[in-house]
Amino acid sequence: MQMPQPNDNPGDPEGVVARSSMGAAELREGSDTVEGEDRPQSTPAPGVTRAPEVGGGSEAAEPTHPTKVDVRGLSLWYGDTQALFDVSLRIPEKDVTALIGPSGCGKSTFLRCINRMNDLISAVTIRGQLLLDEADVYGSEVDVVQLRSRVGMVFQQPNPFPKSIYENVAYAPRIHGLAKKGAEMDELVETSLRKAGLWKEVSDRLSMPGTALSGGQQQRLCIARAIAVNPDVILMDEPASALDPVATATIEELIDELRSNYTIIIVTHNMQQAARVARYTAFFHLGEVIEFDDTDTIFTNPSQKRTEDYITGRFG
Amino acid sequence: MAANLQAEKRIRQRYRREQRFKALCIGAITLAILFIFVFFADIIQRGYTAFYQAQIQVEVTYDERSLEIPAAAVSEEVRPLVSRGFLRQVPGHVQSDPDLKGRTVTRWVTADTGVNQYLKDAHTGLSPQEKATVDKLHEAGRIEFAFNTNFFTRGDSKMPEMAGIKSAVVGTILTLAVTMAVAFPLGLMSAVYLEEFATDNRFTRFIEVNINNLAAVPSILYGLLGLAIFINFLGVPRSSALAGGLTLALMTLPIIIISTRAALRAVPDSIREGAFGVGASRLQMVTHHVLPLSLPGILTGSIIGMAQAMGETAPLLLVGMMAFIPSAPDGVTEPATVLPAQIFTWASMPQRAFDELTAAGILVLLAVLLTLNATAVLLRKRFERRW
Ligand SMILES: Nc1ncnc2c1ncn2[C@@H]1O[C@H](COP(=O)(O)OP(=O)(O)O)[C@@H](O)[C@H]1O
Ligand SMILES: [Mg+2]
Repeated sequence: MQMPQPNDNPGDPEGVVARSSMGAAELREGSDTVEGEDRPQSTPAPGVTRAPEVGGGSEAAEPTHPTKVDVRGLSLWYGDTQALFDVSLRIPEKDVTALIGPSGCGKSTFLRCINRMNDLISAVTIRGQLLLDEADVYGSEVDVVQLRSRVGMVFQQPNPFPKSIYENVAYAPRIHGLAKKGAEMDELVETSLRKAGLWKEVSDRLSMPGTALSGGQQQRLCIARAIAVNPDVILMDEPASALDPVATATIEELIDELRSNYTIIIVTHNMQQAARVARYTAFFHLGEVIEFDDTDTIFTNPSQKRTEDYITGRFG
Repeated sequence: MAANLQAEKRIRQRYRREQRFKALCIGAITLAILFIFVFFADIIQRGYTAFYQAQIQVEVTYDERSLEIPAAAVSEEVRPLVSRGFLRQVPGHVQSDPDLKGRTVTRWVTADTGVNQYLKDAHTGLSPQEKATVDKLHEAGRIEFAFNTNFFTRGDSKMPEMAGIKSAVVGTILTLAVTMAVAFPLGLMSAVYLEEFATDNRFTRFIEVNINNLAAVPSILYGLLGLAIFINFLGVPRSSALAGGLTLALMTLPIIIISTRAALRAVPDSIREGAFGVGASRLQMVTHHVLPLSLPGILTGSIIGMAQAMGETAPLLLVGMMAFIPSAPDGVTEPATVLPAQIFTWASMPQRAFDELTAAGILVLLAVLLTLNATAVLLRKRFERRW
């Protein structure tokens, strides 16, 4: 699986205009027009549409990451109730971005837009633009199966398939035709399990059912399953919320190891976790993105009152 | 203090009420078990005698005369004690084995039903002399009880000692084979489509309501439908396993759809999400994950649907399967009958000797049904999965 690398400057407004004409999103319902298209790039609140400024503070020396997921004016309805309101975000490549916010504010909903898992819910209407490597995820020519092999997902409850550990990891590469049966697949399974930090624990019992592992191991197996197809992006929806503190710490270490190779977007309602693992943090509230910035800035010097109220525990 | 007493009284009352309720429940269960016990005891007591049968040792003469008048093959004394069904076969013996011609052979043959009944202390039509002969032969060891092989190797007959259940068993197998061949794939596909592919809209809800209603339609109406569609319109042969099987398939279809949907719904959505999350298509999600996990449940439901179809008589009545079938059908288009229909036919025969056959038929039917249900329970137990 080759991942196309964006090589132009993501801040380039010319590029944006040029792309928007090509990325005319045919919506699922096929009836609505794309609102994000004709919106000028500069009008939304500062700090929301722009990629976080990595300029200030201690990280001044580090280079700016190019944008991986570019969300423009995304709104989503479950039937008649709107769950996302005009969300705009630029999620940088190859680092960890956390989505925080009180329960029910639309974090999972937003996350599931990125790999189009919301398509599975029949009454969902989506409006706006969501670009992955500058190509519209909701474009009519996009193959959802292909998309999901580029955007892996790890769920809140560990959900390994009730098959062997080996089979859990080998399943996705097999259906995508990424490795031949036999030695090639064995190697892919091993490297994936190694990357997920699970190899040492399970190397001698690969034929054991994945569901027989402990919760933390199951979650790492799910991560191995997701990275077996070598995705660009890994979405994690509260991956540690069902785990004990030790397993949580292991998962966090793992995320830290994966950050240099994958764009990781993690939903968490645990603010310490966001502070520990994420380079960038977006604060969601009632279906809107209130603030998106460096994690440090969000936690020490938020520009929005509501962000401050939330992180100081005044609500949520 | 008073409040304390009050509370204590209330607690005691509550305990008493609980005890009463428990006693009632135990009573209900005891009654149910008693009914089952009485039912089984009665059927077994009536039916077990059908599994053995009197045999008589006679000298069979295969000469010219006996080929023309088969009754002449045995001596006059024992002639009324030998099954007429056997005597009819005498010319056939010579045909299949020409060496027999002109010889006299001593062999054990099926005795007449009268002998059977007399030795089993039941009502019999034998004359006093005949009874004396039977007693004499019995003492001499020339009349013995033996396992009733006729019951399992022959079809229906007007002679009780020659009547067997084989044609009904074969008919049942053929009928159910047709039923499952039609109802299982149709039911499975319908259920998978409704549960995994169809979006929830007015149309699918309408279909769903109708399927649930179909499961509650009295089975005789399926018989009418089968008669109208398969026999009168499509020209399927009357009385055939094909007609009966298709009719029962109509009846079993909603049961299979409903149980399959329940089995599919029991697979948690997290499995579907996991499959979609790694980029499986919907078909892959269904065939690689959901179907294998729900297969035990689907099979259990289908077996129970099959058992239900097997015990069904009313719809088969209308497609002509309540028939006298002396030889087992060779194919699904030949006239056939099924176990419950055979039981019904025997039950309405005038001779007393058919009583034990009726009970024995019921025992066979029960044995098959119990086996099917036990398989279903085992399947469920063996592959049961907790999430
Ligand atoms: N499948 C669905 N159908 C209808 N409403 C939903 C569905 N999923 C989520 N919602 C609603 O959308 C809102 C956002 O939910 P969610 O994205 O799960 O929040 P979070 O993950 O931040 O807790 C909630 O009000 C929730 O009730
Ligand atoms: Mg959530």
